[in-house]
This record gives sequence, structure tokens and C-alpha cells, in this order.
Amino acid sequence: MERNLTHIALFAALIAVLGLIPKIDLISGVPVTAQSLGIMLCGTVLGAKRGFLAVVLFVVLAAAGLPLLSGGRGGIGLFVGPSAGYLIGFPFAAFVAGLVVERWQVRVGVAAFAGAILGGIVVLYAFGIPGMALALGKSLPEAALLATPFLVGDLIKAALTALVTQAIAQARPNSLLSRA
Amino acid sequence: MLTLTSPVKTWAHEVRAWVKLATLCLWTVALLRVDGIWLAGAVVLVLILAASGGRVFFAQWLAMLRPLWPFAVVIVLWQVWLGAPMAAWPILARLGAAVGLANAVTMTTELAEIIALLTRITRPLARLGLNPKVFGLSVALVIRFVPVMLQRYDQIVLAFRARSPRRPGWRILMPVLLAALDDADRVAEALRARGGAG
Repeated sequence: MERNLTHIALFAALIAVLGLIPKIDLISGVPVTAQSLGIMLCGTVLGAKRGFLAVVLFVVLAAAGLPLLSGGRGGIGLFVGPSAGYLIGFPFAAFVAGLVVERWQVRVGVAAFAGAILGGIVVLYAFGIPGMALALGKSLPEAALLATPFLVGDLIKAALTALVTQAIAQARPNSLLSRA
Repeated sequence: MLTLTSPVKTWAHEVRAWVKLATLCLWTVALLRVDGIWLAGAVVLVLILAASGGRVFFAQWLAMLRPLWPFAVVIVLWQVWLGAPMAAWPILARLGAAVGLANAVTMTTELAEIIALLTRITRPLARLGLNPKVFGLSVALVIRFVPVMLQRYDQIVLAFRARSPRRPGWRILMPVLLAALDDADRVAEALRARGGAG
């Protein structure tokens, strides 16, 4: 009980920290903040249910006015802005990523990569693109076009999620709650 | 950790949080349905509201709108490319008026007030087994751990720099994450030693 609670709370804090640290330049020219990496990791490390709760906690606190989102943003304004769909999709992205790691019993790195792509890209974009279309008054294909520059960064983040999750499986097998 | 609440006290700080949030909901829905002169009126209204807090408050409010710039630039360029530059105005006006009022609500509402409102709203969830005390405890843990983990991250970066001429890059992720997992275990033990979370 306590262990679930502290893991959920600390991963919510981790998402914030990954958004606040300076950008990690993976490929020059591609803007990459590590925030969505935190979302993917919540799912693949904590599992579907706990990952979902950790991200809900993070999103609720950001909405309540803590500057937790990348670049120190926060507040209820984010939920009426162009990135609202992504914020609402964050918990579901973590849930799906976690579900894949829990259910697909292959090497944890492989499952984490698949989960991060399915949750952190497919599910997340399915929420984010309609949100952007609504806020910017664009059609869905036009909004999808606006989202494509981030695809490269998100693929790299999915690969990093796989690497890190695999490494945790080796270094702290008891902490990998998604496979506990 | 600093919140986004403005230190400049305005009349809006006195208004109940749920009143402000309900107004914001109605405002955002209404904005999607108005056009032309009404939309211009909405923008002016938001500007007047923000200005009513005084000059310092207004400057902070403008600074909070800054993240919208990239979107504004994209929309304008897009409309120019489509040959209908004027069509950018209603899109930007709606966005600005909605985000503007929402930011004003955030700036004039204390975090404690919003957390209290959330606790009240989520009380019915107790029947589903969600202990309201657990929600409060996890909020406190997150707020406390963000600065702790930022500090831990800085320490790990320094340790890396002391041993390597290269920039840390993504390699830093692993130790940061392991530190977070170990902290989570230790805090869980400390909670249990003090009577548990429930």
C-alpha cells in the first residue's frame, strides 16, 4: 500500500523533473523535452493502473496551478489551449504502455518499446490531434500535419524508454512493478 | 515550490474558486459559438479584466500567454499561405480569450483552495475505495519531491562532469531513475514505520 503510494507520487514528481531539466539534445534541430518520456516510463515501469494514477496526479497538480509542465508552465489555461488534448491523453498513454508491458510476456525491453509506441505515440496522438484541431480551428488532417515534427523525437523517446526499462529490470527487478 | 498564483492581490482573489472555475467553463463553451463583433468584445473584456489587477498583475498575465506564440505564428503563416490571412483572427482571438481568462483564474486562486475543492469533489470516490487522506498525502509528496529530485539530478550531472569531458546527455537518465526508485522505497518504509498511509 505505502509502496504503491510513494511510487505513484514519486513518478508524478519525476515527470515534472524531466520537463524542467534543460533539453536533452538528441538530434540537433529536433525540439525534445523529456516530459513525454516520463509519461512513457510511468506506464512501462509502474504498470497500467499505477502508471495511470501517477500521470493523473501529475496532470491534476499542473491544472491546479503548479508550474510542473515543461518550461515551468501550468494552470487551468492549458486545458483550453492547443495542447489540451495531449494533457488529457497523458494518463491513457501511460495506461496503454503499462498494459502492453504487463500482458506481452517477451523481453521487457521489447515490450516496453512496443508499449511506448502504442501508448506514448498512437494513443497520445489520438487525443492530442483532435484537441489541437478544436483549439486552432483546423481540420483533423491539418492538425495531424502540425503534429508530425514531433514524431521523430517521440520515436527516440520510445527507444530510450525501452533501454531504461530494460536496465531497471536488471538493476532493480523488484522495483519494476509492471512485471512484479 | 512556487505556484503560479500571483502575489499581487486583486479583487478576484476574494471570489470563491468554484465560481471562477464555473465561469471559465461557460466562457470557454460560449467562445466557440460567437463570432465577429461579439468575439472582439470578448477579447476586450478579458483585457479589461486582466488590467483591473493593476500594472504588475497585467505584466505577469501577459508573460503567461507567451507559450502561445509558436502556435500564433504557425496559424498566421498557414492562413497567409492559404491566401486568407484574415481568417487567422477569429482562431487567435478565441484561443487568446480562452487561455487568457483561464490563466487569470490560475493567477488569482490559491493552490490550497483548489486542492480543498478537489478533495471535496473527489469525496464520493471514497465509496470506490479511494481514501481522501491518501490523495492529500500524495499531493504533498509530489510537491516535496520535485525540488529534491531536481537537486539529485544536479548532483548526478556534476558527478558526471567531474569524470568526463563530454556532456551527460541521455546517459544521465538511468541514475536519476534509480535514485527515484530507491527514494520511493525508502519513503514507503518511513511511512510504514510511522503508522502507514491509510
